[in-house]
Amino acid sequence: MSTLEIKGLHVSVATDETSKEILSGVDLTIRAGETHAIMGPNGSGKSTLSYAIAGHPKYEVTSGEVTLDGEDVLAMSVDERARAGLFLAMQYPVEVPGVSMSNFLRTAATAVRGEAPKLRHWVKEVKEAMAELDIDPAFAERSVNEGFSGGEKKRHEILQLALLQPKIAILDETDSGLDVDALRVVSEGINRVKAGGEVGIMLITHYTRILRHITPDFVHVFAGGRIVESGGSELADQLEEHGYVRFTGKQEPAAIG
Amino acid sequence: MTSVAQTPHSHGAVVPKASRAEQFASFDVEAFETPGGREEIWRFTPMRRLRGLHDGSAPATGELTVEVDGPDVTVETVGRDDDRLGAAGTPGDRVAAQAYSSFTTATVLTVPQEVRAGVTTVTLTGPGEGKVAYAHLQVRAERFAEAVVVLDHRGSGTVADNVEILVGDGAKLTVVSVHDWADDAVQVSAHHAKLGRDATLRHHLVSLGGDLVRVSPTAVFAAPGGDAELNGLYFADAGQHIELRTFADHAQPNCKSNVTYKGALQGDGARTVWIGDVLIRAAAEGTETFELNRNLVLTEGARADSVPNLEIETGEIAGAGHASATGRFDDEQLFYLQARGIPEGVARRLVVRGFFHELLMKIGVPEIRERLEAAIEAELEAVGA
Repeated sequence: MSTLEIKGLHVSVATDETSKEILSGVDLTIRAGETHAIMGPNGSGKSTLSYAIAGHPKYEVTSGEVTLDGEDVLAMSVDERARAGLFLAMQYPVEVPGVSMSNFLRTAATAVRGEAPKLRHWVKEVKEAMAELDIDPAFAERSVNEGFSGGEKKRHEILQLALLQPKIAILDETDSGLDVDALRVVSEGINRVKAGGEVGIMLITHYTRILRHITPDFVHVFAGGRIVESGGSELADQLEEHGYVRFTGKQEPAAIG
Repeated sequence: MTSVAQTPHSHGAVVPKASRAEQFASFDVEAFETPGGREEIWRFTPMRRLRGLHDGSAPATGELTVEVDGPDVTVETVGRDDDRLGAAGTPGDRVAAQAYSSFTTATVLTVPQEVRAGVTTVTLTGPGEGKVAYAHLQVRAERFAEAVVVLDHRGSGTVADNVEILVGDGAKLTVVSVHDWADDAVQVSAHHAKLGRDATLRHHLVSLGGDLVRVSPTAVFAAPGGDAELNGLYFADAGQHIELRTFADHAQPNCKSNVTYKGALQGDGARTVWIGDVLIRAAAEGTETFELNRNLVLTEGARADSVPNLEIETGEIAGAGHASATGRFDDEQLFYLQARGIPEGVARRLVVRGFFHELLMKIGVPEIRERLEAAIEAELEAVGA
């Protein structure tokens, strides 16, 4: 059973000349089978947390540590982290022109699994995973994310989650920009992965809406670059009702009216 | 999010100082002034590396060997007096005129009318290191002929040549010109394509090897209804100069031209130049044209120039546009692929392959496509990307 441990994490982002601290001491432990919702207003540093764990070069870890089953994640390259079992579903998936989705998925699966999946099984596996997410098979031959709608991109992030079977999955605002149907499909996809009980999930979201589909074991409120309060799912209900005002001093709803 | 951004720059419709319509042309080398390098058409070219092709100081000391492999075409070796020669166009610069004035025999390759020919491969081998050759080739697709002709340039030496491409009425011709020279080679080449009524030309230029390669493909329309695609794929390594100058000359109504050139550069002193001239003359109503150039700079120390020139002398056109962008490798794409476990080297190769994918798919000859894919892989492995 895997554990992701984040201790005293401080992260800065380099701007033109100066460096600005975004995360000011994050402590969080996620174990396999647990789902942690990270909720916070815009600009609180939620996305920075996800990018820093995944190893985006723009973010510099100034102190603290991140370990996966005791291994030092921060010492690993981006691809090593993924192969170690970390997965980041991005808020803004990147377009890669000229690279077909099927080629990309197979290359990624080969890297993460350590060997090329047997072609016959692989085709079936991808087909089924796509069908479960209501993705038209024609997308397999399209360039990665190119010209996809917001909802199509998010479905494909969850498709990758399902195929790559990470130990720890970080879902960065996977719910943003989704209509009701797409939210349901994507949430069901996440729940299928979750039902295996072997993955730990960090669900980053601004709104409580997705938590009606995916029940978190823990809810953490993120503000000012760190976790300011933790609790169970009842904390999400409070946020639904009162917004983030208690944590930020200004009105910002967590529910969509 | 982008730390090293693409730097797209869309010029307004650039109208050149001197109209392309007035550019001097002649078959006679002596009619041209010796260029010094500051002239508009030479200002990007390192003249010293031309080894005298431009100033008359490089007499022929060897030959470009021409071998044709194709069952459905006729091949002739003809003298300078053959009156078919020169039909597709007139040299527009001194090196092209030097080549025209200096060749001894020309090769004429004909696809007879209404014949559907298989793939014809013309292997053109350089004269050898330290030697100079001038050459002339004419490819004729007669009325309603359909053919694919691959011009495969290999070997060493210094070469100046003209290639005439005549596409007869209703004919469909694909020309794939691969410039895969050895490291020492210098080539200055002009391709003159002339399209008849409702003729279709697919011209693919692939420039990989050589020390300096400058190719100027021109498409002119002799009658209405022509459709020309000029595609180019190039990859410059350290110290290489690749200069590609396309010209779509619209003087007939209802013709189409589409220019797509994409290049990658890596290594210190790698240099590419793309000049894309399009001229829509007053008579060319209903013209539809678009040109696009993209350059992917993979390492520091490489430089790509991109100059689209669009001149429009009539308002009655179907459409005209251009786009040009030169960008560094997109770190966000790399991050995304790596975040899925794909090692950096594999991810870089995926992105570059993706960059060229569209152009490679357009080359309808699988064996050539596979060879080019392998050549691109080899280029990428050379720098351990």
